[in-house]
Amino acid sequence: MTLLSVEHLTMAFGSLVAADNVSFNVERGSIVGLLGPNGAGKTTVFNCISGYYPPTSGKVTLESRDITRAPAYKVARLGAVRTFQVVQPLKELSVLDNVLIGAFLKEKSTSKARGVANRCIDLCHLSEYRDALAGELPIGIKKRLEMARTLASGPKLLMLDETMAGLTSTEVNTAVELILKIRESGVTLLVVEHIMEAIMPIADKVVVLDGGKKIAEGPPREIIENEQVIKAYFGEKYSKRMKQERQNGPAPAHS
Amino acid sequence: MKLKKMKQKDLIWLTLIAGFALLPVIPGVFTSSFTQHVFILILLFACMSQSWNILGGYCGQVSFGHSVFFGIGAYGAGMAVVTYGISPWPGALIGAVVAAAAAMIISWPVFRLSGHYFAIATFAMVEICNRLFMVWYWVGGALGLDYPFVDEGVKNFIWFEDKIPYYYGALALFVFVFGSVRWMERNRLGYYLKAVREGQETAESLGVNSTLVKLLAMGASAFMAALCGAFFVQYNYRVDPPMVMSLDMSMKFVLITILGGTGTFFGPLLGAAVLIPIQEYSRAYLGSLGSGVDLVIFGLLIVLVVVKQPRGIMGILSNLVKRKKPGQAAPEAKRRK
Repeated sequence: MTLLSVEHLTMAFGSLVAADNVSFNVERGSIVGLLGPNGAGKTTVFNCISGYYPPTSGKVTLESRDITRAPAYKVARLGAVRTFQVVQPLKELSVLDNVLIGAFLKEKSTSKARGVANRCIDLCHLSEYRDALAGELPIGIKKRLEMARTLASGPKLLMLDETMAGLTSTEVNTAVELILKIRESGVTLLVVEHIMEAIMPIADKVVVLDGGKKIAEGPPREIIENEQVIKAYFGEKYSKRMKQERQNGPAPAHS
Repeated sequence: MKLKKMKQKDLIWLTLIAGFALLPVIPGVFTSSFTQHVFILILLFACMSQSWNILGGYCGQVSFGHSVFFGIGAYGAGMAVVTYGISPWPGALIGAVVAAAAAMIISWPVFRLSGHYFAIATFAMVEICNRLFMVWYWVGGALGLDYPFVDEGVKNFIWFEDKIPYYYGALALFVFVFGSVRWMERNRLGYYLKAVREGQETAESLGVNSTLVKLLAMGASAFMAALCGAFFVQYNYRVDPPMVMSLDMSMKFVLITILGGTGTFFGPLLGAAVLIPIQEYSRAYLGSLGSGVDLVIFGLLIVLVVVKQPRGIMGILSNLVKRKKPGQAAPEAKRRK
């Protein structure tokens, strides 16, 4: 069943078309990766879905409810919650208070919300930082804090914007584990990611953007083989070499 | 769990209130009417700053326009007594409601401005209202409103000799304002205010309607500021535009809170407890040096605080306590008071 559907989404900033006629669906309970090189329009699409940009044209529906141009807080209340590429912790508040504010979306009473927040903090391995100020945490922890905070709001669709960028490989592994755990709890995930290796093994479907246009969509195994994707990521030359390699077996190292 | 928290944090300020309530009956501490006057002003200005603190401290929207709401409250009570010859109570209430409504109507467009521009717009608001009230015949114009001799007592909330009733009135106001803020701080709204202060975009991503939250903060803040204004006019028996709706008055809301610690619960009380005695005693003893000595001292203190400890007296206290007993900062700091 489709949870989120994006139809012919176009976002133009003046003459710059950052997202051009992008369409894809996110099935309930799946992990969908949104990939593409720098400047492909991933974050633009993300911002359009989550209500931070009003799209120039197109339609976004969540559970068959039209959320195109709905303000960000309404999108969040309907169950689609996002993180930010550049982490935005509520700096002067403790980790607990940060997560608590997420939890207040579903729970009105402070004590119940605190219970939810504490559970999410434990889930994201943040227990030792519970009372630390969010602004003073290292970047990896801040990214996990963003996840805990959005998780606490009890989302149907969790949209992660490059949560793994800039993390060490151990931290990436923790993040991947966490994403799988979140999916197990029944949350659908839409993940914008730059790091292919991290997202490919766990995604059910991958949508690839380049220059604002969707160039491929499908299961990760197919996408890796897709010539257009390889071209977008590594350039024409590499793509040709790959093709040759596939025909002749591994090529000798360049001298 | 709830009870335990009550015990730890609330006992301190319950003792504080009890302490304040007992002050006037302890002879020797509180006999001179000037000392009583200083204590009344400490409580009143603590309430005023706390009302500003809701918007400026918790919600992070620095307003220099609170003297307008303070003034509307003052005029509400004043006009009830002077123009209509009735008890000031309904006037104060109407004034507070009008102030809250006016605040929300004015701030709806103003909230679209962020950061410094919001502060500047509120500056303009004070000047506009000051001029408006100066020429508005219905509210008494530049002459203001002078109280006639009315019966003393709670009904008219007026006493001509005794200051003790005013003291308890201020204490009641203090309990109401500080109690409301304490309640708010513990509940969803309080957390949402802080979320908007720390990052509006982030708050929105978590389902917080930041415009609504800011409007609510503005409304509550103006309502309480107006009640303080009503008390102020009852205490002074007169009101005119420069007395209440001036930038001087607005600055006091801001400076007391900054000195005490913005966005902290006890900050406004601490700030008032330090600044008001300085203001009143410097006026009494240094008044011959010309007006404004108190403001010079105000200014110096603020410069000192902003440079040395931007978190105000609360920051200084919590640092002191942290050095002694790590981890047990907050309650100790308050007991010092």
